[in-house]
Amino acid sequence: MTFIPKPKIVHPALPRNARGLVRRDYEGALSTLCAGCGHDSVTAAIVEACWRQSIEPQNLVKLSGIGCSSKTTAYFVSGAHGFNSVHGRMPSIATGANAANRQLTYIGVSGDGDTLSIGLGQFCHAIRRNLDMLYIIENNGVYGLTKGQFSASADIGTRAKKGETNFQPPIDPALLAMTLGASFVARSFSGDKQQLVPLIEAGLRHRGFALIDVLSPCVTFNDHEGSTKSYAYTREHYEPAVQADFVPPEREITAEYGAGEALAVAMHDGSRIVLRKLDAGYDPTDRAAAQARVQERLMSGEYLTGLLYVGTDGGVEGGRKEFHQVNGTPEEPLNSLPYEALSPGSGGLAKLLARYR
Amino acid sequence: MRAHAAFRDAPGRTNVTTNRINDFTIKIATVNGTGSASANTLLMKSIFRSGIPVMGKNYFPSNIQGLPTWYEIRVARDGHVARSGAVDLMVAMNAETYSRDVKEVAPGGYLVYDSTWPRPALLGRSDITVLGVPLARMCNESFNGVRTRILMKNICYAGVLAALLDLDLERIRELLAQTYAKKPQLVDSNMKAIGLGYDYARQNFPCPLPLKVEKMDRTAGHIMIDGNTAAALGCVFAGATVAAWYPITPSTSLMDAFKGFCDRTRVDPQTGAKRFAFIQAEDELAAIGMVIGASWNGCRAFTATSGPGISLMNEFLGLAYYAEIPSVVFDIQRVGPSTGMPTRTQQCDLMECAYASHGDTRHVCLYPANPEECFYMAAQAFDLAERLQTPVMVLSDLDIGMNDWMCRELKWDDAYRPDRGKILDKAQIEKLEKFQRYLDKDGDGIPYRTLPGVHPKGAWFARGSGHSQYGTYTEDSTEYQIVLDRLLKKWETAKKLVPRAIIDATAGADIGIVSLGSCDSAIHEALAILKARGVGVNYMRVRAFPFSEDVERFLAAHRLLFVVEQNRDAQFRSLLTLETAVEKSKLRSLLHYSGLPISSSFIVDGVLAEVLPKPLPQQKDAASA
Repeated sequence: MTFIPKPKIVHPALPRNARGLVRRDYEGALSTLCAGCGHDSVTAAIVEACWRQSIEPQNLVKLSGIGCSSKTTAYFVSGAHGFNSVHGRMPSIATGANAANRQLTYIGVSGDGDTLSIGLGQFCHAIRRNLDMLYIIENNGVYGLTKGQFSASADIGTRAKKGETNFQPPIDPALLAMTLGASFVARSFSGDKQQLVPLIEAGLRHRGFALIDVLSPCVTFNDHEGSTKSYAYTREHYEPAVQADFVPPEREITAEYGAGEALAVAMHDGSRIVLRKLDAGYDPTDRAAAQARVQERLMSGEYLTGLLYVGTDGGVEGGRKEFHQVNGTPEEPLNSLPYEALSPGSGGLAKLLARYR
Repeated sequence: MRAHAAFRDAPGRTNVTTNRINDFTIKIATVNGTGSASANTLLMKSIFRSGIPVMGKNYFPSNIQGLPTWYEIRVARDGHVARSGAVDLMVAMNAETYSRDVKEVAPGGYLVYDSTWPRPALLGRSDITVLGVPLARMCNESFNGVRTRILMKNICYAGVLAALLDLDLERIRELLAQTYAKKPQLVDSNMKAIGLGYDYARQNFPCPLPLKVEKMDRTAGHIMIDGNTAAALGCVFAGATVAAWYPITPSTSLMDAFKGFCDRTRVDPQTGAKRFAFIQAEDELAAIGMVIGASWNGCRAFTATSGPGISLMNEFLGLAYYAEIPSVVFDIQRVGPSTGMPTRTQQCDLMECAYASHGDTRHVCLYPANPEECFYMAAQAFDLAERLQTPVMVLSDLDIGMNDWMCRELKWDDAYRPDRGKILDKAQIEKLEKFQRYLDKDGDGIPYRTLPGVHPKGAWFARGSGHSQYGTYTEDSTEYQIVLDRLLKKWETAKKLVPRAIIDATAGADIGIVSLGSCDSAIHEALAILKARGVGVNYMRVRAFPFSEDVERFLAAHRLLFVVEQNRDAQFRSLLTLETAVEKSKLRSLLHYSGLPISSSFIVDGVLAEVLPKPLPQQKDAASA
């Protein structure tokens, strides 16, 4: 029913956020994905997180590449500009856009094909640059839009709908991001809104590159028996290690946490993420240990989920300078600098030319 | 189509003994990585500072140290700063290329070589004068350290040439003092080496030679600058703030220069904040993606690359064309195909740039002829890109980009303000009932755009997939075609906005030369030579694609047209036949694709081959009778 425009009728009783906006104000066009697609749940989680964060719609920038997941940027926050670019190249669009205006909030939505195959290079380099953005991978292990080929995140031994078995080892984006120095790495499941929404909230606020790898089953091409990315398999094998609660700056931490089980991580704007360890042996602030644990669980077929790693070291959030801090750009966006601040003028030209006379 | 052999640069002159004051060519053969570049620049610049028009061209290998390299200096009292095709004085410093260097000297010319070691027989050239100077021996005796000796040997030949050509030593010292302002001790050691060569030549040869330099007054108001530096300056003055790139010869120096100028003029003295972003991308795909992202978000952004980079950028260029996002790309062309000869020049990306990407795409291209135009066209490229909301490519080449050219001092009009095109601001969006991204409201094919972060009502979804004039996704034939046809209308608008061709019809002839870019100076000299031989030829230099109406008119007005360009496949001629109404049979190609810059003699020979040996009418009658 995608030809029907989405009605925007707001019931007066709907709850409003700090900007006076209701959840509806953060919705987008109607989804054209298959009924039951995990991606639609991720879209709903993004809508919820943006509403809770009271983001001004026009200050959000939505970026994507090509594929089912990349279509979803049209399905949330219609008041935000979106850029559905070319396959695997969203990080470069995000880099340029972010360079032009560092004041906006950037969210990229990609898939496992878009990120881990054609776009692996750009993905890695966006992490290396510590670009200030939230990068969500809607990971289903399969190429949906071209009807069911394995993607680079397909696990060894997983079976395609047509019966083939995959023998190539998967690329795990969370592990990869940790090795590349990402300062915020999370994994979640499209079916676990309780876990996903606060992660998105924290990811949006995190200064620097935040990755959330969301297991998001493809109901049409990868939800069968023998698939390791189906709803049934994921529910059985996903293992929350750390619950992250997002606490905005103006609010006190009120939830009851048992002694030693909660850790508050301060963010640059005064908000905090309260991490609750669900797996006693897991430390999400120790990169090497976290990496080893995630890998070890993966080997035994379990997806560790939650905020897997968040950097707390150093004066800079996540222990790493983000892109603009490295570049030394002013707080004022480059796209709003007046021409007078950019041109050296005819006098300046004469000086610059001295050595060429 | 008649293609000329690649290496047709036959020496055109033999009268070295007549008056050759300020009118001759020197070529210096050395090994790269031995510091010869400073010696060569020193020589060239000291001639320039003596008020004499001069050309300096570097033919260097794709290598850091150890391979043959040449530098050609033409002293051009008539102002023709192009290759003539002849060499009057060769400095043969490289044993590896010695035999071919000797062959290249015009009869009556001179050869300077390092006589420290005996050379084999001089290959039967009794028609040239050979001047042996024990450069290595002198430098080994006077300097310590292997590296210093090698460097000084090259400075030493500059001293020999100073004596032979009667260059002013004070001018050389002054240049050295400027070059080594931070290391003054180097001025003395360099001057010592200069003195060694200078004195040896004065004592052993009749100095100066008939090829000599005399002060003139023809360089006032001029500078010596390379096109990449000038283009970078143009970007600074255009107000570009985001530069993304991947290193590739011969474009790298453009980005280096941009960063250098920004470090000098765009850093806040109080806070140290940089009013520009300089991003070394992971590859050219990312570089153009960053440019598009930044332009979409309201910055003036650009990248510089060469042919291989354009190949990689094709997909994104199609997106920018179709989603209508301004972007500026400098293509400093080098020899292809494939990796080709990365340090040699060609005009071989004309077709690649004009139609880059799949689907129906055409791109605005600008064709600067020299560094001066690189500067002004750089600024113009941003205005056009934003006005037309499309990629604009500036096609320079290695010859323009990396060689120092004499050109008029660059000027800037302080009244200039960037033309940002049709961007709606907050108040304008506020007044709209609904924003429609791809609607042609003004009838010029150019829609309105909005920037992120301004107003929720202005939000639109940029996409490379089919879209309607309202900016919505579509697979509807009519909706799709409306946008595609409107893009064509925009193309027509572009024809009126791009720089006109430069037309010289003073010869009043019915034959003409049509060319573009760096062929220009060689053509000017060729026209003068042809005129002296009684052959009048008109000339049109095309400066942009799409071709404006004046191009059509010139083509229509001539019986015979020589299309001069520097590639094998006559790409410019193809573009003309595809995009204008010109009759194919009127076009004769003069194709130079050796990797060296085109010479005037190549063009003269090409025109004369077609124009002079016309059979006389009576002979024709006899043959047909």
